[in-house]
Amino acid sequence: MTETPQLQVEDLHVRFRTPQRIVHAVRGVTFQVGREKVGIVGESGSGKSQTGRAILKLTPPNGTVTAKRLQFQELDIAAASERAMLKVRGRRISMIMQDPKHALDPVMRVGAQIAEAIPADQKLSAAERRERVMAMLEAVHIRNPARVHELYPHEVSGGMGQRVMIAMMLMAEPDLLIADEPTSALDVTVRMQVLAILDDLVTRRGLGLIFISHDLNLVATFCDRVLIMYAGRIVEECAAAELADAKHPYTRGLLASLPRIGSRHQKLAVLNRDPAWLDG
Amino acid sequence: MGDTAMISVNNLRVSFGSGANAVQAVDGVSFSVGQGETYGLVGESGCGKSTILRALCGLNPNWSGDVVIGGETMLPLRTRSFYRRVQMVFQDPYGSLHPRHTVNTTLSEPLAIHGMGDADARIARVLVEVGLGPAFRYRYPHQLSGGQRQRLAIARALILEPQVLLLDEPTSALDVSVQAEILNLLVDLRARLGLTCILVSHDLAVVAHMCDRLAVMNAGRVMEELPVAALEDDSASHPYTRQLLAASLGYDRRLATGAVEDIDG
Repeated sequence: MTETPQLQVEDLHVRFRTPQRIVHAVRGVTFQVGREKVGIVGESGSGKSQTGRAILKLTPPNGTVTAKRLQFQELDIAAASERAMLKVRGRRISMIMQDPKHALDPVMRVGAQIAEAIPADQKLSAAERRERVMAMLEAVHIRNPARVHELYPHEVSGGMGQRVMIAMMLMAEPDLLIADEPTSALDVTVRMQVLAILDDLVTRRGLGLIFISHDLNLVATFCDRVLIMYAGRIVEECAAAELADAKHPYTRGLLASLPRIGSRHQKLAVLNRDPAWLDG
Repeated sequence: MGDTAMISVNNLRVSFGSGANAVQAVDGVSFSVGQGETYGLVGESGCGKSTILRALCGLNPNWSGDVVIGGETMLPLRTRSFYRRVQMVFQDPYGSLHPRHTVNTTLSEPLAIHGMGDADARIARVLVEVGLGPAFRYRYPHQLSGGQRQRLAIARALILEPQVLLLDEPTSALDVSVQAEILNLLVDLRARLGLTCILVSHDLAVVAHMCDRLAVMNAGRVMEELPVAALEDDSASHPYTRQLLAASLGYDRRLATGAVEDIDG
C-alpha cells in the first residue's frame, strides 16, 4: 500500500446503553483499509458487525461511537453531519447485509429496487435506468436478467437475493464496500461466484473491501489481510495466507476447533477462554 | 455399518405443488442406515436433504416409496409410538424452541404426550446428559446462548429415549467454537446411548467428522454414495463431490467460473 489508505480507523469505541448496564461492544479498534480485501473474523458478539456499522454511522440510537480518528478519504466521518453521511452511504461506502430476505423490500420488484440505488442526480430516462439495471444484473452473473428484473424478493432464491443486493450496492460505484457475512446464507458454489464478483471489483475497480465473516477458511483464502476480533478488540492482525501460523491463543483455539476431513470421531478441541484475552 | 439396517429407504419421492408448478424435491432416493451408524446427507440448499428428513420423521406426509424404520414399514401417518422412537433436532435453535416456555416446560411436554412418568428425575437426568445441569431448569430460551439452546433442543429429543436421532444442520447456526462443543456432545451421546443418526449438513467437514458413510445429493437425487474414507484419502470420483470438496477448503477462483452454468438465473 503506497497511496494513503481509503479508510483510517483509530481507537474506535462503541458503547450501548441498556437498562442494566453499559455494554462496551467495540473497545479501541485501530486499522486501515486501502484498495484491498481486509477480513474481520470473530465470533458472534465480538464487535465485528458493530465496527462495520460505526463506519457508516449506522449504530443503533442507544449506542454511542467515539474515535480518535475515523477518516474516509477526505471526509472526517466522526464529525460528519447526518446530512453529509447521506451523500456517503450507498454512494461512496456501501454495505452488503447478511440476509437478503430481510434487507430487500418484500413488496417491490427486484429491478425497481436496484434502480432506486442509482443516484438521483444522474438524470436518466426510464429506459436508460432499466438498461443500467439489466447490465448490473448481468454483471453479478444472473443468467436471465429480464426475468429476475420482474420478480419479487420472495420469488428469488437465497443466492440470487444476495446477488441482487450486491448489484444494488454496486449501482453507485462505491469506493469502499463493507460486506457483513455476505455469503454465510449461500451454498458453496454460489458463494464462490459472489466472492469472485467481489474479487474482480477489488482488482479491476480498485475497491476497498471490508469482509466481515466467522468462516476462518474462507477469510484465509479470500482476503489479503485478516483482523481477528475478540470481545470488542483486535487481538491479532496478520496476512491472510499466514492465518494458519497465527500466534494468539484465541486464534489458535478457533483454528483447532474446526472439524476437518480426516478428524473422524476424534474429540474436537474446545476453546478455553482466558480472561487475559480481554485485555490482549 | 452395523449388522442390521435400522433405517432403509427405497425410491423415496417427495414433490411440492401440482401441475405446471410441481417441483420434484426428492426424486427416487434410496439408502440404508445400519443400527448405531451415523449416515450423512450432504448437498446445497434446495437439494432435498432436509425434505428427506421431514418425510422420514413424519412432518411431511406427502411422499411415496418404501421406508422401513426399525423393522416397521412406514405409512404416511405415524403412530404415537413412532414419534417416541424417532426424534429430530432442527437447524435453528432460535426458532425451534417456544420463547415463553421454560426449559422445564419444554422438556415436560413430550413426557406428558407420551405418558412417561417420573418426569422430574428424567428432566434432571437429561439436563446433566447434555451438559446444561440443574441450574438451567427454570430459564427461558432468551436467557440461553445459541449453544445452550441447541443443547436444550438435543435434550428435548433425547428425553423420550429414542433409537433414531435425525439431525438437520444441528450446528450451522453456531460459532465454530460452540460447534465443536455440540459435535463433541453428539459423538459422546450417540456412543453412550447407541443412537442411529442421520446427519444433514451442507458442510462436508462436519459430515466427514461425524459419519462413516455419506450420500452427496444434488437436485433431489443422490449423486454418489461413498464412505468417508474416500474423502480422507481423496479418492472420491464424482465431479460434484470433487466440487464440494474443493469449495470446503476455501475460496477458489476456478470453482466460480465452473459453477456458473449450474445456477438457475
